[in-house]
Amino acid sequence: MTTTGDQAPPSAPRASPRAAPEPPRPGAVIDTRTVGEVTVENPVVSARHVNVHYGEKHAIKDVSLDIGRNAVIALIGPSGCGKSTFLRSLNRMNDTIEGARVTGSITLDGQDIYDKRQDVVQLRARVGMVFQKPNPFPKSIYENIAYGPRIHGLAANRADLDEVVQTSLRKAGLWDEVKDRLDHSGTSLSGGQQQRLCIARAIAVDPEVILMDEPCSALDPIATAKIEDLIDELRRNYTIVIVTHNMQQAARVSQRTAYFHLGDLIEVGATDQIFTNPRHRLTEDYITGRFG
Amino acid sequence: MQTSSFIVMVLVLGALAYRLARRRALAAVGGPSGIRQLHSLPGYYGLLAAIWCVFPALAVLGAWQVLQERVLVDLVLAHQPGAAAGLTDDQKGLLLNDVRNVVDGSVAAADAPPQVQAAAAEWRRLEGIGRLAGGSLALGVGLAGGLLVWRRVGPQMRARNRVERLVELNLLLCSLLAIATTIGIVVSVLYEALQFFRMVPIGEFLFGLKWSPQMAIRADQVGSSGAFGAVPLFLGTLLISAIAMLIAVPIGLFSAIYLAEYADRRVRAVTKPLLELLAGVPTVVYGFFAALTVGPLLRGAGQAVGLTVASESALAAGLVMGIMIIPFVSSLADDMITAVPRSLRDGAYALGATRSETIRQVVLPAALPGIAGGVLLAVSRAIGETMIVVMAAGLSANLTVNPLQAVTTVTVQIVTLLVGDQEFDSPKTLAAFALGLVLFVVTLGLNIVALQIVRRYREQYE
Repeated sequence: MTTTGDQAPPSAPRASPRAAPEPPRPGAVIDTRTVGEVTVENPVVSARHVNVHYGEKHAIKDVSLDIGRNAVIALIGPSGCGKSTFLRSLNRMNDTIEGARVTGSITLDGQDIYDKRQDVVQLRARVGMVFQKPNPFPKSIYENIAYGPRIHGLAANRADLDEVVQTSLRKAGLWDEVKDRLDHSGTSLSGGQQQRLCIARAIAVDPEVILMDEPCSALDPIATAKIEDLIDELRRNYTIVIVTHNMQQAARVSQRTAYFHLGDLIEVGATDQIFTNPRHRLTEDYITGRFG
Repeated sequence: MQTSSFIVMVLVLGALAYRLARRRALAAVGGPSGIRQLHSLPGYYGLLAAIWCVFPALAVLGAWQVLQERVLVDLVLAHQPGAAAGLTDDQKGLLLNDVRNVVDGSVAAADAPPQVQAAAAEWRRLEGIGRLAGGSLALGVGLAGGLLVWRRVGPQMRARNRVERLVELNLLLCSLLAIATTIGIVVSVLYEALQFFRMVPIGEFLFGLKWSPQMAIRADQVGSSGAFGAVPLFLGTLLISAIAMLIAVPIGLFSAIYLAEYADRRVRAVTKPLLELLAGVPTVVYGFFAALTVGPLLRGAGQAVGLTVASESALAAGLVMGIMIIPFVSSLADDMITAVPRSLRDGAYALGATRSETIRQVVLPAALPGIAGGVLLAVSRAIGETMIVVMAAGLSANLTVNPLQAVTTVTVQIVTLLVGDQEFDSPKTLAAFALGLVLFVVTLGLNIVALQIVRRYREQYE
C-alpha cells in the first residue's frame, strides 16, 4: 500500500459547475470530469485525487469528494462503477485485499488516514462499516455487540459493557426484540434483525462515520423500511455514507448523492437536484433507467 | 482356442450389435431425417443391443471358467476308476495335484507314473472341449441377447430409459459390493471374537491387567499359561496416540492457521504441497525412522541426562506417529478455516480488530467444531496405525504411562499373534479377532462422531 502526498491544495478540487447536459453525440468521448460541488463546509472526510488500483485494474480514477457532518451521502452508479471500492477506501478495508493500491489523500478530521503513523485499528474504530450481507459473528447477541468495545477497551467493567450493549441495541431499534434473549446466537435472528445487529455492533464502538455497503440488498421490503428509518434516525449523531443500487432508497435516505461511472465520479449534488435535475448526461441516463 | 480370443469375439459381436441395432432404428423411421419420430437417439438402441449382447456373454464365460475346474475334477476321477478307487479325499487331492503339475508342465510328463500321465492327457482333452463349449455357449448367449433387442428395435421402444436403468443398476451393484465386503469383514471378526469370548470371559479380556498370550502346546510346558487381560494394550495404544496428538494437533493447527491466514499465495503454493508430502511417505519408512533413528537418539539423550530410556520407547513411536499425522490435521483444519466466510473476517476487521484478534476470536471459534471433527478423525487414525508401532513400540505389554518405557499396542499384538503358523482353535489366535473387534468399534465410533461434527459444521455456512 503506497500513499502519495497531496499534490493539489485540498481546498481546490477540480470540479467546475456546468450548464445543462449536452446532447449526446454518437461516438463522442464523454467528459468524465466531476460536475457539481464536491466540497462542503467543515467536512468529516475529505478525499482528494484518490486513485485505487486492483492489480492492473484502475477501479477509482482521480476522485475528490467531501463528506459532510451528520448527513447521509448516497453513492450510486451501475455495477462495477467503483462506488463500493471508494467506500472501502474510507476505512482502509482495501488493505485486506491483495494487490489493492490507493493513492491520493483521504483525511478524517484533517488527519491523513493513509499516513504511515495512522493505525488502522484506531481508524476503523472511528469509521464503522456495515456490509451487504448481514455478517453477525457466530456468537451470542450480547457478544456480537460487546466485541468492538472489548477489543478497543471501551468498557471498564461488566456494568459498563452491559450499558454499551443496551444503548447500541436501542439506537439500532433492536432492543425490544432481543432484550430477553441476549444469550441467543446472533445468527438465529432474521435477516433484517441480523443487519440491525450489525449496525448496533458498529455503533457500539462509537464511530464518527458509518459506511454502509448496500445494507438492504439482502433484505425484504419491510426489513428495508426499518433500516431506512434507522438511517434517518442515526443521522443526528453520525455521518453516514451509503452505497446503494436502489435509487428510491438513495432519494429517501440521503441529503447528498454522488454518481459514479466506470471509476469516475461523474456528478455530486443535493439529492433533490440529482434526481430531479441532473446536470450530466450520464447521470440522467442512469436515473432515468437508460442503463444500470 | 483360448478364453481370451472368445472375449475378443464377444466384444466384436457387441460392436456389431451396436451398429446393426442403430442402423435398424434409423431405418425404421426412414433415415436420419425421421430422427424426431424415434423415442431415443439411435445410439441408445445400439447401446442397449450391445449391453444385452456383451454382458450376458461375459457372465457365461466367467461362470464357465469358475465351474469348469470342478466338473473337470469329477470327470477325470470318474474316467480313472483304477487310480481313484478306494482313495481318501486327501489322497485324491494329492493325485489331482500331480495331474495338475503335469498339465501345467511344471513336472515333465515322462517323470510321472503312467496313471498320472493318462489322467493328465484326459484332463487336457476335456479342458480343450470344455473351453470350446463354454466359448460357443457364451457367443450363443451374446448373439441371442443382441438379436432379442435388435428384433424389438422400433420408434416406440424406450431405449434411452432402459439404458439409463441398466447404468443405474450397475452403479448400485458396485456400491452394494463395497458395503457387502465391509459387512463380511465385520461378521467374520465378530464370529471369531465370539469364539474367543467362549474361551476367555469378556470381562477378563476387557479389564484384565496381564497380557501374555502364549499358550502351552504340551501339558508339561511351563510358563505359558496364557493371560488375556488387554488393559496394558489399551493403555499402550492410548499413551502412544496421546503423544502423537500432542505433537500433531498444535503443529498441524498452527501450520494450518499460517497457511490459511498469513501465508501469501506464493508461499502457500510451495508449502502446502510440501506439508502434504509428509502424508505420502509410506508408514514403513516412518517405522524404521522411528526404530533406527529416533529411538536410539532418545536413548542417547536420556543417558546423557541420567534417564533410563528403552530403545523401543513409547515416546519414539508417538513422536514419529505425530509427525505422520501432522498433514492430516493441518489439511483438515486448513479446509475448515478457509470455509469460514470472508464476510465474518471483514466484520471483525471493520470493527478495528487486528489480524490475530480476528483469527483468535472470530475465525477459530467459527471453525472449531470442524477442527474438532478433524482431530477426532486423526485420533482414530493414530489408534489404528500399525507399521510405526510394530517397528518402534516393542512387544512387552507393560502396564505403564511412562513414555520412556516400552509399551505395546493393540495393533502390534494383532500382528504378532497372527504372524507365523496358526491354529484356529487356540485362544492365542482368536485373541487377535477380539482385539480387532475392539479396535474396529472404537475407530468406528470416533469416525461417526467426527463425521457428524464435521457435517453439522459444514451445514452452518451453506
